[in-house]
Amino acid sequence: MPTTMLRKIIDLHTVTRSGDGDLLLYVDYNVVHEGPFYAFDGLAREGRDILRPLQTVAFADHYVPTTGRARGSAGIRDAEARGMVERLQSNAQRTGIVHYGIDHPQQGIMHVVAPELGMTHPGMLIVGSDSHTCTNGAFGALAFGVGASQIKHILATQTLWFKAPRAMRLTVNGELATGVSAKDLILAIIARLGIGGGSGSAIEYAGHAVRALSMEARMTLCNMTIEAGARAGMVAPDEKTYEYLRSTPYAPQGAAWEQAQEFWASLPSDPGAEFHTEIEMDGSKVAPMVTWGTSQDEACGVDETVPDPASFADPGRRARATHALAYMAIEAGTPVSNIAIDRVFIGSCTNARLEDLRAAARVADGHRARIPAIVVPGSRTVKREAEAEGLHEIFLRAGFEWRDSGCSMCTGSNGDLVPRGERCASTSNRNMEGRQGKGSRTHLMSPAMAAAAAIAGRIVDVRPLLRS
Amino acid sequence: MESFTVLKAVAAPFYHADVDTDELIPHRFLRKPLSAGYGNFLFHDKRRGPDEREDPSFVLNMPAYRQAQILISGPNFGCGSTREGAVYALRDFGIRAVIASGFSDIFSSNCAQNGVVCATLPDPVVRNLCEGLESSPGSELTIDLPNQQVVSSDGVTYRFEIDSSRKSRLIDGRDEIDVTLKHRDEIAQFEAAYMKRLPWLFQAGRVT
Ligand code: SF4
Repeated sequence: MPTTMLRKIIDLHTVTRSGDGDLLLYVDYNVVHEGPFYAFDGLAREGRDILRPLQTVAFADHYVPTTGRARGSAGIRDAEARGMVERLQSNAQRTGIVHYGIDHPQQGIMHVVAPELGMTHPGMLIVGSDSHTCTNGAFGALAFGVGASQIKHILATQTLWFKAPRAMRLTVNGELATGVSAKDLILAIIARLGIGGGSGSAIEYAGHAVRALSMEARMTLCNMTIEAGARAGMVAPDEKTYEYLRSTPYAPQGAAWEQAQEFWASLPSDPGAEFHTEIEMDGSKVAPMVTWGTSQDEACGVDETVPDPASFADPGRRARATHALAYMAIEAGTPVSNIAIDRVFIGSCTNARLEDLRAAARVADGHRARIPAIVVPGSRTVKREAEAEGLHEIFLRAGFEWRDSGCSMCTGSNGDLVPRGERCASTSNRNMEGRQGKGSRTHLMSPAMAAAAAIAGRIVDVRPLLRS
Repeated sequence: MESFTVLKAVAAPFYHADVDTDELIPHRFLRKPLSAGYGNFLFHDKRRGPDEREDPSFVLNMPAYRQAQILISGPNFGCGSTREGAVYALRDFGIRAVIASGFSDIFSSNCAQNGVVCATLPDPVVRNLCEGLESSPGSELTIDLPNQQVVSSDGVTYRFEIDSSRKSRLIDGRDEIDVTLKHRDEIAQFEAAYMKRLPWLFQAGRVT
């Protein structure tokens, strides 16, 4: 019977099933950050061991500072943040799990580092302590986030009880226009599905516009799948996937490479496989997108005006939008490209890979930022590679700050906060009230759009800048 | 984990769509030890103004709802991050059940791990219940988990939806790891076959 990629991966990992129809799945990698310390505490309290320490990988990213990194964790001024970074380190040392700590030459955001090292292969089941673990789906893996109790369960058993999500296929036809990136595509997708629209589903992205995306762009696409409420996003592996993996340190070596590639090629959904939901979109119609509200589906094209909440048929959405506009201090009908911005954040697991920084640098080159702007590479590897290309010089000349890697202003847990009442153009993935700091106002957009906003001091359409 | 069967308690109406985990507990509190009392952080930025003073108009600050053990809300409750701190905050405040017209997958799964019931009712029913509670603040609802029923104070019964495996876990209050470890041999057999099938995953120096 023709089978979806989702089903193939689930079947491959099924150990057993419960009377209630839950599946016990074997987990290839468990990826954690500083957050789920409760899981380690719980195991210690219950006197349980970690079954497969080398299949858990820990990353210091949420609480690491992005300046003054020379002294490692000792240099973290905030005692609680330092405690989080050091606690992860001591838990890793005590339990023997793999650890990319603050001093590690490959340190960075977990969803940037794991794929960049080649830990993520097609067909894998990767579970993490963070909802954006779905980023790894770009390789044709099934990847999703869980809470601390389930992290504890994986640590103790290397398995997870799981209810299979419904398979949704979202086919994007056509081609994305110049100046339109994977970030714009996923914002358009979320605007269409709504933030609960993917609930209970795993989305397989397909179609010409998706195949045309680079691996890094596919990661951006899969990264924000959770913002539509879906459990996971995935893209079938192809030549680009293999090409990307080939040179990574965790890639299969020698004869194993051929064997692995043969297996990977068996993973894509079979022709005729049935999806619970099929959605089609025209990629050529997507414009650079900007969020105007406090939910990720409150977004529109940069050439549009902020909608009037009264125009929403659904009373819940209407109320939410009314509240959002009040919080954002924006009036309905305002042209998006007129909104003045106070600062810019280029970073996060959505948009801090090398291609993202290249796109931003291309726009910034030869200009000068009018407002504070920080660039935070997703990993130290990205930072090194960007510096080798001279991107940092472009940013510095344009008045952008060039920082060290971490989650930074995406959620501000390391202290990189947007001050109350300020408006931030951000390449991150969440724009809820207070996400970047209490009283902060976030507009999500692509790296190129964020760089353009830094230079103009307001939201502008990046497309004319790229044509000139 | 404490077992959950029937709960009769004050219910707080909080009808909003897409209540996210950042609202339930802002990120800056997730660095605190559990002993700090996560109940204080529940809805922190909604419950308290910039000067930390309580906002008397926020539902959980009203005298009628301070002892609430049930919270009622709209669609897609608990969306956003995986932070289990959101559930710790609810539970520590005293909330044992959330009734909503929909839940995020991750959130409801985290709740089941911590003895908190997520009961799904159709949106119009949820709105009605909220209106009823607003007109007589402090009134109680009954949640009967084995029979999947919500009973209002005037005796009207509604059947709610809950995932069957989560339901039985909540009723038994059993530890999931202990249940899984009963399958220890199956896991070992699976692993051996899996390593044979995908040996490159277990190459020396990689995963072993
Ligand atoms: S960059 Fe933001 S969304 Fe990504 S893992 Fe860090 S805090 Fe989470």
